[in-house]
Amino acid sequence: MPPPPLEIHDMTVAYHRKPVLWDIDLTVPEGSLVGIVGPNGAGKSTALISVLGLIPLASGRVEIYGKPYARQRHQVGYVPQRESVDWDFPVTAMDVVLMGTYGRLGWIRRPGAAERHAARLCLAQVGMEAQADRQIRQLSGGQQQRVFLARALAQDARIYFMDEPFAGVDASTEQAIVRLLQALRDGGKTVIVVHHDLQTVADYFDHVILLNMRLIASGPTATTFTHENLHKAYGGRLTILDEAAEAVRRGPAP
Amino acid sequence: MAWLQSLSPDTETTLWVMLIGAMTNTACALLGCYLVLRRMSLLGDAISHAVLPGLVVAFILSGTLNVGYMFLGALAVGLLTSALTETLHRHGGVAEDAAMGVVFTSLFALGVILIKRYGSGVDLDPGCVLEGLLEFVDLNRVEVAGHSVPRALVSIAPVLALNLLFLVVFWKELLVSSFDPALATTMGFRAGLLHYVLMALVALTTVASFEQVGSILVIAMLIVPGATAHLLTDRLRTMLGLAAAIAVASAVLGQLAATRWNTNTAGMMSVVAGMFYLAAVCFSPRYGMLSVLVGNFRNALTIVREDLLAMLYRLEELAAERPLGPREAIQAVGGGVLATLGLWSLARRGEIQRDHSAVRLTERGRRRASQIVRSHRLWEAYLVRYLGLPLDHVHEPAAHMEHYIGGRLQEQLAADLEQTGTDPHGRQIPHGEPPPASGTAE
Repeated sequence: MPPPPLEIHDMTVAYHRKPVLWDIDLTVPEGSLVGIVGPNGAGKSTALISVLGLIPLASGRVEIYGKPYARQRHQVGYVPQRESVDWDFPVTAMDVVLMGTYGRLGWIRRPGAAERHAARLCLAQVGMEAQADRQIRQLSGGQQQRVFLARALAQDARIYFMDEPFAGVDASTEQAIVRLLQALRDGGKTVIVVHHDLQTVADYFDHVILLNMRLIASGPTATTFTHENLHKAYGGRLTILDEAAEAVRRGPAP
Repeated sequence: MAWLQSLSPDTETTLWVMLIGAMTNTACALLGCYLVLRRMSLLGDAISHAVLPGLVVAFILSGTLNVGYMFLGALAVGLLTSALTETLHRHGGVAEDAAMGVVFTSLFALGVILIKRYGSGVDLDPGCVLEGLLEFVDLNRVEVAGHSVPRALVSIAPVLALNLLFLVVFWKELLVSSFDPALATTMGFRAGLLHYVLMALVALTTVASFEQVGSILVIAMLIVPGATAHLLTDRLRTMLGLAAAIAVASAVLGQLAATRWNTNTAGMMSVVAGMFYLAAVCFSPRYGMLSVLVGNFRNALTIVREDLLAMLYRLEELAAERPLGPREAIQAVGGGVLATLGLWSLARRGEIQRDHSAVRLTERGRRRASQIVRSHRLWEAYLVRYLGLPLDHVHEPAAHMEHYIGGRLQEQLAADLEQTGTDPHGRQIPHGEPPPASGTAE
C-alpha cells in the first residue's frame, strides 16, 4: 500500500514548554478534501504550521507520503492566513504567484518564461489575469485570497495546506474557492483546510479532523461530523489538559 | 586619473567627499529598503550603535585599527544584537522594540566604557564614531595600483559591491523571505538564515563606514532613502533604484550645503535625506498628504455637483412652477464656495445651462442626473425591502450612497429588486435615460 499523503504520529506541540496540542495521531487519505475544525484556540493553525515544520514538535513525528517534511517540500503547497503578510509590500499579483515556483527552482535560479507562463495560467484559474500587474494593496480581500490560491497552484503540489482560506472573503469568492478546491481534489490532490464555519463543513469536506487541544475525531465527514463529536469539541476545554499544560510550563512537581 | 590632477585641490576634495558619501549612502540605502520592508528599520539603528564594543574589543585584542579585525569584532556584536533581541523577545516575553532598545543601548554604553577605560590614546573616540570625519576623507590616503586614493574608498567600495551582489544573486530568496517568511521556510529557503546574512551585511556596512563617515549618516541612510522610496512607488525594483538615487542626491546636495554653511558634512547629508522624506510625505502621488487633500476636495466637489444635478432632476419631475435661480440652487445644496464652484463646473461641463435667473439641466445633464436618482431610489427600495427600514428613514442613507453606486451595483440592485419600477415612496425609478416627458418645467 502506498504511504498516505499525511500521517501524524503522537504529535505534541508546545509554546514555551506549555503544550497546546496533545498526542495528535491521525492519517489523511489520498485525494480528499479535509477540513480541520474546532473552536477558537483549539490549535487548528498550530497543527498546520507544526506539520509544515514552522515550529518544532515537542514530541512525535509527521510524515508526508511516508517521509519527513524536509524531504517532501516539493510535494507540498501552502496558503498562510491572509493577514500574515504585509499587503503594502511593493509587489504585483503576478510577483506573488511567481513565488509559488521558487521552491522548485531552488536557490539562486530565477523564474524564467516557463515560470511566468505557468503563473499566468494559475492566475487565470482563479479568474485574476486582469489584475496580474496590480500592486497587491489595490486588490480586495477576496482577490488577495485568490492570489494566494493561485500561488499555491503555482507550487504544483500533491498535498495542499490552507489556513482559513475563506476568512474575510465575499460569498462569490468563497464559492469560487470551494470549486477550485474540489477541482484539485478531483484531480487526485489532497487538500487540508483550516476552517471555522460549521455551517458549511458538511457541504465542503469529505473528511473532517475535529480538534480541541487534542484530537476529538478524524474520519469521513458523514460518520465523524456528528452531534456527539461536535459536543465533545465545542463543549468546553478539558480542564485537566489546561491544568496539565500549566504544570509542564511550571516544571517538574516538587 | 590625469583629469583629477588638473582640478584644484578644493574641487578634488569636494568630489572625493561626494563620491565616498554617495557610495556609503547607496550601500546603506539598498540594505535599508529590505529593513524597511521587513519592518526592521530600528534594527539597523541598533546594530550600528551596538557594534561599538565589538570594535573596541577587536582593537584591544589585536592592538591595531586594522579593518579586518574591526570587521570581525563588529560582525560578532552585530549578530549578537540580533540574536539577543530575538532571545529576549521570544523567550523573555519582552516586546520586540523594548528588547531591541535594551540590547543596543546597553551594548553601546559598554562600548563607550571600554573606550574610556582601554582606548585612551587611540584615535577612536565616540564623538568621531557618531559624526564622522567625512570632510577629511581626502587626507587619509592609500596607494592602489599606483594611484593615491582616500582610504575610505578602499573600505566602502568592496562593501557596496558586495551588497549589490547579494541583492542581485539572492533577489528571489530575499523577496520571498521578506514578503512571506513562513512560505519561504516551508520551501526550504531558511528565512532565519537570510535574516542573519542581512544583519551581517548591515554590520559590515556600518564598520566600513564608521571611521570616516560616522554612524549618524549610516543610521539615516539605512532608513530614510528606503522609507522615502517606499512612499513613492509600489514596485520593488523601482523602490531600490529610487532609494539609491536619493542616497546619491543626498551625498551631492549634502556636501554642497555643508560647504555653503560650513558645517558637518555627514550631518548635512542626513538632513538632505530627511528633506527628501518630508517632500515625499507631502507630495507622494498616492499616500502624500497633498494628494489626499486634493483627492478629498475632488470627492467633495463631485458630491456637490451630483447633489445639484439630482435636485434639478427632482424639480423637473415635480414640474415646478418656475425654474430655480443660481443663487437658490447654491443655497439648496448647502451654499458656500464648494457649491458655487460645483455649479460653475457643471455649466462648464455642459450639464446645466444657467443665466442670472434660471438653472436648467441640459440633455446631457439630465442623463447624468437620472443615473444618480436611479441609484438613490434603488438604494431606498433595497433598504426597505432587505433591511426593513421604515419609509421615513431611507432618504438620508440613500442621499449618501447615491454617489457611490456605480453601474454594476445598480444592475445587481435592480436584479435583486426584480425590476420594481418605483421606489418605496411610489416615485418612478429612472432607467438612466431621459425621464418620460411629464410636463416638465421646460
